[in-house]
Amino acid sequence: MVRVVKDLFKDYRFAFSFSIFCLLVIFAALSTFSPYDPTFWFHAPRNLPASWTHFLGTNSKGQDIFWQATFAIRNSLIISVIAGVVSRVIAVLVGLVAGYRGRTTDRVLMFISDGLLVMPLFLIIVLLAMLVRERMNLVNLGLLLAFFGWAWDARVIRSQVLSLREREFTQTAILSGTGTLKLVIKEYLPFVTPLVFSTLINNMSWAIGMEITLSIVGLTNMDIPTLGTMLQWAISYQSLLLGLWTWLLTPVILSIFLFIALYWLSVSISEYLDPRTRVQRVGEK
Amino acid sequence: MTFTFVRRYFIPRLIQYFLVIFLGITAVFFIPRFAPTDPVQRTIAELRSRGTYLDPATVQNMIDDLRELYGLGGSWLEQYGTFWKRVFTGDFGISFFQFPTPVIDLIRTALPWTLSLLILTTMLSWVIGNVIGGVAGYFARNRWLRTLDAIAMVIRPMPYYIFALALLILFTYVLRWFPIAGGTAVGRKVAFNLDFILDVLRHAFLPALSLVILGGAIWFQTMKLIVQNINAEDFVQYAQLGGIKERRIVFRYVIRNAMLPQITGLALSLGQILSGALITEIVFSYPGLGTLLFHAIITGDYNLIMGITAISILAITTMILVIDLLYPLLDPRVKYR
Repeated sequence: MVRVVKDLFKDYRFAFSFSIFCLLVIFAALSTFSPYDPTFWFHAPRNLPASWTHFLGTNSKGQDIFWQATFAIRNSLIISVIAGVVSRVIAVLVGLVAGYRGRTTDRVLMFISDGLLVMPLFLIIVLLAMLVRERMNLVNLGLLLAFFGWAWDARVIRSQVLSLREREFTQTAILSGTGTLKLVIKEYLPFVTPLVFSTLINNMSWAIGMEITLSIVGLTNMDIPTLGTMLQWAISYQSLLLGLWTWLLTPVILSIFLFIALYWLSVSISEYLDPRTRVQRVGEK
Repeated sequence: MTFTFVRRYFIPRLIQYFLVIFLGITAVFFIPRFAPTDPVQRTIAELRSRGTYLDPATVQNMIDDLRELYGLGGSWLEQYGTFWKRVFTGDFGISFFQFPTPVIDLIRTALPWTLSLLILTTMLSWVIGNVIGGVAGYFARNRWLRTLDAIAMVIRPMPYYIFALALLILFTYVLRWFPIAGGTAVGRKVAFNLDFILDVLRHAFLPALSLVILGGAIWFQTMKLIVQNINAEDFVQYAQLGGIKERRIVFRYVIRNAMLPQITGLALSLGQILSGALITEIVFSYPGLGTLLFHAIITGDYNLIMGITAISILAITTMILVIDLLYPLLDPRVKYR
């Protein structure tokens, strides 16, 4: 374990993105110390520039931008984790079943995931989001996104299982009387786990981006601060024309850092997981 | 074209095409029907809340008319049948956001803007990304190409919305080089002269730029990876040892081979590219389907949203089918499988 972490940190991208990600998580954790309730308006004077009492100034809704941003990051991360974890469960199930069962099951499942891949998903998600508009909260949004985020990763897991199925240990296991469920869980899952983690990060990034987009078109609960709703309020109040730079730029810059950190983490981890690129990076093994 | 080719390649693709359309349109039909609020009742409640007095007979008439407009008459099965009829005739009912313009008219004016932007940027980013990515993969040690790779590493993870917004802030607020929004200057009539075309191009530049850069970065990276794998293959080494010019190896041997998975990739990602184009249009208030969708969502115009979604599904699946059918022309191996 220690060795793995050490090897990972040899990559400057991993070191950089991991630190940024940790900083953002700490920033999100700060929200518990916030002196204000993020859903209230006018807890501070409106449109103040940055100062010592309000690090990033206040917005036209009379909210402190710094503390609002801590809640925004926290909630966006919560949505992405719900979406990521739930869609991983679906992806693993679909991938394992399709890969192992093969034949008709495989064809049907892969047809569904192909269908999801080629659809303009944004439009379908918009249609569904309009349905639950009134009851939209962090969990519902996370689940909604989870439902659409598994297709590609299920394919990746399936192809991994297909190659595992051809290996000798599968034959040995079957001939020595291992049940299907036990074989899949005990023998295949360990191979699939690293894939699950590297795709999890990508999926979280996708969910955060989707949340931002849905907020911009007004399909999320605008009272809950997230990166998306914060942006949407800043844009609808014309914050740039009012000269309130920090209001708009805080969520933009935070999300840019978050996206870069997540992407570099996933690239670095998946390069490490791929034996060919690992040899180049870490040397022999 | 042999018979086995038709049976093994052409027919399955065609079946898949119709199945995806069938499922997509069915989803578009069913999703709004699970809505907790009845659109008819909502419209009437809205009218009432404005203080209009309506006597019961009028209300009943309105309910009947609205049901007809929304295609809500009869049982679910009948409605489903009517919906398919409507999809084929392009009759998606009347828009409530621009009452009483038919949805199809709104889509018809918006579609050319989106299609031209989408097709142009997709082709540009695909070609540029693949050529530069191929060269960068082959000459992996070149300093300039490595800088490009670093830039792509930063741009790649950006979602369409954030990237477009960043470009918008940079070019229109900070540098003030480009007009802030729209497809043409306000109030300009459609005319085919140089002025108009220049105006359109000036307005389309930023949305196109953000789509090309973002898409290009993705193609660049995947191409680079594929080429690096091909580099290790025997035939490339053989060609190098045989003294064939590098330029010829890169373009005729390596990129030609690496292009094939990229074509499949293009077909698979068209849906996402369209989603991205719609989102980018919203940022720049470009007069295409995206902006139309935005207004439809804000005003709760289900007919319009369903129309846009159905048309998009038809367009995207058809484009994918075209790419799939052109693929054997580029990959001779498919024919003989």
